[in-house]
Amino acid sequence: MATIYIDGRPYAVDARQNLLHACLSLGFNLPYFCWHPALGSVGACRQCAIKQFRGPEDQRGKLVMACMTAASEGARISIADAEAVAFRAGIIEGMMQNHPHDCPVCDEGGECHLQDMTVMTGHDYRRYRFAKRTFRNQYLGPLVHHEMNRCIQCYRCVRFYREYAGGRDFNVFGIRNLAYFGRYQDGVLESEFSGNLDEVCPTGVFTDATHKRHYTRKWDMQFAPSICPHCGVGCNLSPGERYGMLRRIVNRYHGGLNGYFLCDRGRYGYEFVNGDQRLRQPRLRLAGGPQSLPQKQAAELLGEWLADDRVIGIGSPRASLEANFALRAVVGARHFYAGVADAELALLRLALEILRRQPAAPLRSMESADAVLVLGEDVTNTAPRMALSLRQAVRQQPMQALEALKIPAWLDHAARELAQQRRGPFYIAAPAATRLDDIARELWRGAPEELARLGFAVAHALAPESPAVAGLAPEAAALAGRIAAALRSAQRPLVVSGLGCRSTELLQAAANIAAALRRLNKNNGRNSPKANSTAEARPDDSSSENDARLALAVPEANSLGLALLDPHPLSQALDAVRAGAATVIVLENDLYRRLPAGEMQSLASGLDRLIALDCIETPTTRQARLALPAAAWAEDDGTFINYEGRAQRYYAAYPPPGEMQASWRWLRDALAVAGREAGRWETLDDVLRALAAEFPDLAAAATAAPPESFRIHGEKVPRQPHRFSGRTAMSANLNVSEPAPPPDPDTPLAFSMEGAPTQPPAAILPFAWAPGWNSYQAWNKLQREIDGPLRGGNPGVRVWPAPSSGERYFRDVPPPPAARAGEWRAVPLYHIFGSEELSRLAPGISQLSPQPYLALSEADAARLGLGAGEALVLILESQRFTLPLVIRPDLAPGLAGVPAGLGPLQGLALPAWCRIERA
Amino acid sequence: MNGERPLTRDMKPDGEPLSLQEYERAGGYRAVRQALRMAPEAITRLVSDSGLRGRGGAGFPTGQKWSFVPLGAEAPHPKYLAANADEMEPGTFKDRWLLEGNPHQLLEGMMIAACAIEADVAYVFLRGEYTLAARRVERAIAEAYQAGYLGRHPFGADRGLELYLHVSAGRYMCGEETGLLNALEGKRANPRAKPPYPQVSGLFGKPTIVQNVETLACLPHIITHGAAWFHGLSRGVDAGSKLYGASGKVKRPGLWELPMGTPLGELLEEHAGGLRDGLKLRGLLPGGASTDFLTERHLDVAMDFTHVEKAGSRLGTGTIIVLDDRTCPVGMVWNLEEFFAQESCGWCTPCWSGLRWAERLLDGLERGQGSEADLDRLEWIVKFCAPGNTFCALAPGAVEPLGSALKYFREDFMAHIRERRCPWS
Repeated sequence: MATIYIDGRPYAVDARQNLLHACLSLGFNLPYFCWHPALGSVGACRQCAIKQFRGPEDQRGKLVMACMTAASEGARISIADAEAVAFRAGIIEGMMQNHPHDCPVCDEGGECHLQDMTVMTGHDYRRYRFAKRTFRNQYLGPLVHHEMNRCIQCYRCVRFYREYAGGRDFNVFGIRNLAYFGRYQDGVLESEFSGNLDEVCPTGVFTDATHKRHYTRKWDMQFAPSICPHCGVGCNLSPGERYGMLRRIVNRYHGGLNGYFLCDRGRYGYEFVNGDQRLRQPRLRLAGGPQSLPQKQAAELLGEWLADDRVIGIGSPRASLEANFALRAVVGARHFYAGVADAELALLRLALEILRRQPAAPLRSMESADAVLVLGEDVTNTAPRMALSLRQAVRQQPMQALEALKIPAWLDHAARELAQQRRGPFYIAAPAATRLDDIARELWRGAPEELARLGFAVAHALAPESPAVAGLAPEAAALAGRIAAALRSAQRPLVVSGLGCRSTELLQAAANIAAALRRLNKNNGRNSPKANSTAEARPDDSSSENDARLALAVPEANSLGLALLDPHPLSQALDAVRAGAATVIVLENDLYRRLPAGEMQSLASGLDRLIALDCIETPTTRQARLALPAAAWAEDDGTFINYEGRAQRYYAAYPPPGEMQASWRWLRDALAVAGREAGRWETLDDVLRALAAEFPDLAAAATAAPPESFRIHGEKVPRQPHRFSGRTAMSANLNVSEPAPPPDPDTPLAFSMEGAPTQPPAAILPFAWAPGWNSYQAWNKLQREIDGPLRGGNPGVRVWPAPSSGERYFRDVPPPPAARAGEWRAVPLYHIFGSEELSRLAPGISQLSPQPYLALSEADAARLGLGAGEALVLILESQRFTLPLVIRPDLAPGLAGVPAGLGPLQGLALPAWCRIERA
Repeated sequence: MNGERPLTRDMKPDGEPLSLQEYERAGGYRAVRQALRMAPEAITRLVSDSGLRGRGGAGFPTGQKWSFVPLGAEAPHPKYLAANADEMEPGTFKDRWLLEGNPHQLLEGMMIAACAIEADVAYVFLRGEYTLAARRVERAIAEAYQAGYLGRHPFGADRGLELYLHVSAGRYMCGEETGLLNALEGKRANPRAKPPYPQVSGLFGKPTIVQNVETLACLPHIITHGAAWFHGLSRGVDAGSKLYGASGKVKRPGLWELPMGTPLGELLEEHAGGLRDGLKLRGLLPGGASTDFLTERHLDVAMDFTHVEKAGSRLGTGTIIVLDDRTCPVGMVWNLEEFFAQESCGWCTPCWSGLRWAERLLDGLERGQGSEADLDRLEWIVKFCAPGNTFCALAPGAVEPLGSALKYFREDFMAHIRERRCPWS
């Protein structure tokens, strides 16, 4: 810590930081543009100018840029100094020379950092009388809209896109007041993180192209604290609604997870909620055709059917913990089945077993890892936001040189200029190329078993008590040695794997490496990063995260939550049906994605009653005797458990419209009709209480967020920003009396702008706003200190206790896979846009999804004389699929790449041996 | 003052460059051999003692600059040296003379500087338009390699030196010390933050010295003749001889190597021959386009770093631009500001916005569309772009002629406003 003097008063600040960081942490309003807490300081915009004095006697002082000046002991500065104030107003005036002043028609208006800073500096009269420079805008794809005339040249976009996110197809062109930020020509932005430009840009150059189609001002939207439903990372979101329509998603800061950034799947996948694929009306299929039912009648019918004692339930990894638990309450523990393929359930159970021994690294701690092995996971396509954090890790080792030269890590360009192209050790072993290959020191390609063998060899090299790998190829053995050496010499090594390859051995190998690393860590007495290390320790709630050496990507938002409810394997549900179960309730799940189509057909045909609760129409709902419309995640409250085992509550941005309701309410209503105990549940808290009673392990999930009874000064937390417009006139054309806000019996939030005017706990903070800070930059005002946790701590709780010790090594090293003549090993290939069930229904995302294909390596295609695009037949057991060939030079020979989750291929049990024929 | 002209003495009257043989016959490449026998610290000490200050415009003491470069076994390598030959300042053409007339002198200077900082790789960063210089420097480099003066064991030494010619893509910013480094790395020529200084983290993140051509050309002579001799070349407080130039409506525009500290009036009258007949002096920029105007009453100012600064301007590159009474001062300043506004790299707001605004206002004045409020705005822009407010020295330099013109030629500005036209048009 250091003592600095701001306008004559002493303050204690973090001496490792710059003065802008220090002033903002203290709550001062100091305007800025080019600085970003995650991107550091570069001194371009000159907006954060302050006066610095040499000592108590110095009365004149000189202007310095706060972001470029260290908060050193005894520093004397003035924010209020007249010259500094005038200079800051001058900077805005300079930026405004060319700004089109088109706020009324700009999507950024009302949440624009440039507006806020203009007001903050007091610049209010335009004196530049000459023509403004103008630009031609570019088409950047279906997700990001471009409006270059608004640009103020702060360079944040290009720094985020290229330097932070590693994108190559975006840059700054031209000089002087004509700097142009865009692509070299029109085209879809390649980065999976392009949507962050919307939030990184301080004004309206980059805006949400999907939001544009159904635009609503921030002040007119109703928000909720939410969690992303599109993968297992659990990024925090702030969905915004108006007129019963979900308008957009923006990032909701989480100090341990997503920080300031989201992936494009998470940001733009939301439009499925508004789509015509929604199941909106309860529907009973009769001999004469489908018949719509009112909600009450549908619930009664379901209740009557529960009288049958041969009811089984199939849960879902994309439904909340509460919904799954409610289903389990309906059908009983013995009849509750996992809504995932048996192999996936086994992997999830294994992952749980591993994660109870090896704590998972939160995203933010991954950023400070100084040696990384990615084992078998295409992270960018399976847990996208994780890839952005991993990309930062390669900076750690080169940044160790900063200290000797006294270059602070926040001095971003100086740090990058020193490091140049040098990157820390980063190894990727995967069946095919991944989007992180460009930062990898070495790549290794192979079938999942081969990758696992490499992993076991690395573990053995780190810890001799971990089993050795017999018959490893010399090349692989040498690589394993290099990887082990890099991990061993690192301060904060990390191994990342996941369920992507659907391989037990791969998870076990990763677990062995993590166990060996934690053991080395203890032996060497190493722990959290040094206090003054350049790799700044990210403050977080749990100290155990500092020695987390492992992360396992899991497929869906609540995969771990489902597995924690002890469901029986899905195949046993099929057995139960064969044995006479006649009623099956399928919760928020399309079983065609979980089972081969043939098995699903036979399941459905053997049933009297297939009941599907879902928010979207799927082949399963279409086949259901009774289809019940469930609220989509943005209309619902619930808990997801992410890849770390962190339970996080998400909340409805608006009540479910029409006949839809939360799945647990459908089930509760039916239980009430059936006269069962659980039918008396009134609120979500009742469900959570029952859950905690039955699963003491999951009691922590109930504490992930405040209960409904939580109040601030007796008031609920408003979901809407403070009143600025005619929001209350929304229904004045029907009735001049303002309707009462819809009740929310489940949460401490209100569907209203009225309520507690102070900052609520982070878990129930719906959106970023602070007086004078209408843009996303308002997160600065809501953090304990800049870039740290939100006040009250990061949202969510780990549902199992921090592991104490217990390094145990898995001993079953797989044999090398034997090639089979005329057969290929079919492995899943993932696509950020397309592989996930809900987001692919969003128009913007679906436009970017590939068509189903079959991928072969260049060598295999050449050997068979096959050309790209040629129609092939993939034969997997009894199933045949005709697919166009995609030649992937990066695919390991002997593998057949099958896109995961796409079209007819979605239910395949992979990896598997397959045959290929010409069509 | 001993009246010697070491930098240009050996140049041929026909302007052809000295070949390697000719350069050696004139005593060339002896100094570097001597330097190779010296400890790096000793070379730096000698250069410090000589009082050599950078000739690129800033006048930073050369020996002091080198002293920040880490030396010895622990130092990072490769270390770099860059000769800044990106001479693009309007009115400045002095390095061109050295580059075209005696490229080996530059190379020898670079070799000596490389010895002092233990550099492994050196670049001549040359202005793109200097195509003749490019051919001559390239040829000189080839000759030096062939003679074994460059490469793995130059002059049989242990430490190698690779030397390359890099021709600039042609932006003023590329001549700024750190912009030059970015340009050499193939990046946008935006300036870099200092600290860290290039001596510590420069080209490709390694210790680097960037030095002006004329400064480097002084080095062989300092090694050969010593610090006292170098001091003796000067008439003023700063050491050495200096290339001075004059452009504008003078009788004999040109370049001369003269003792440092030659008075401005002597330069103008004796060497440049005074103004053309019928013209009167209004003012002059003493050291290129980014220095403050001086006027008639400054003609006795000694042209060295110290005295020009005392007179309220900067020695800069030492090449004066003369303003006569038949040329519009507002027009001249507009011309300069248009150049600087155009060459702003676009990185920091005061520069890209302030210079363009100034240029637009001056253009308006010239068209008769100005007002007194415009003059206040121009004054404000001058302060806005003051040193420290901007990221690098481009904008502070750019507003020097503007600020001083507003001081010395205010009446001319007012005439544009009163008459609603340019009185010279």
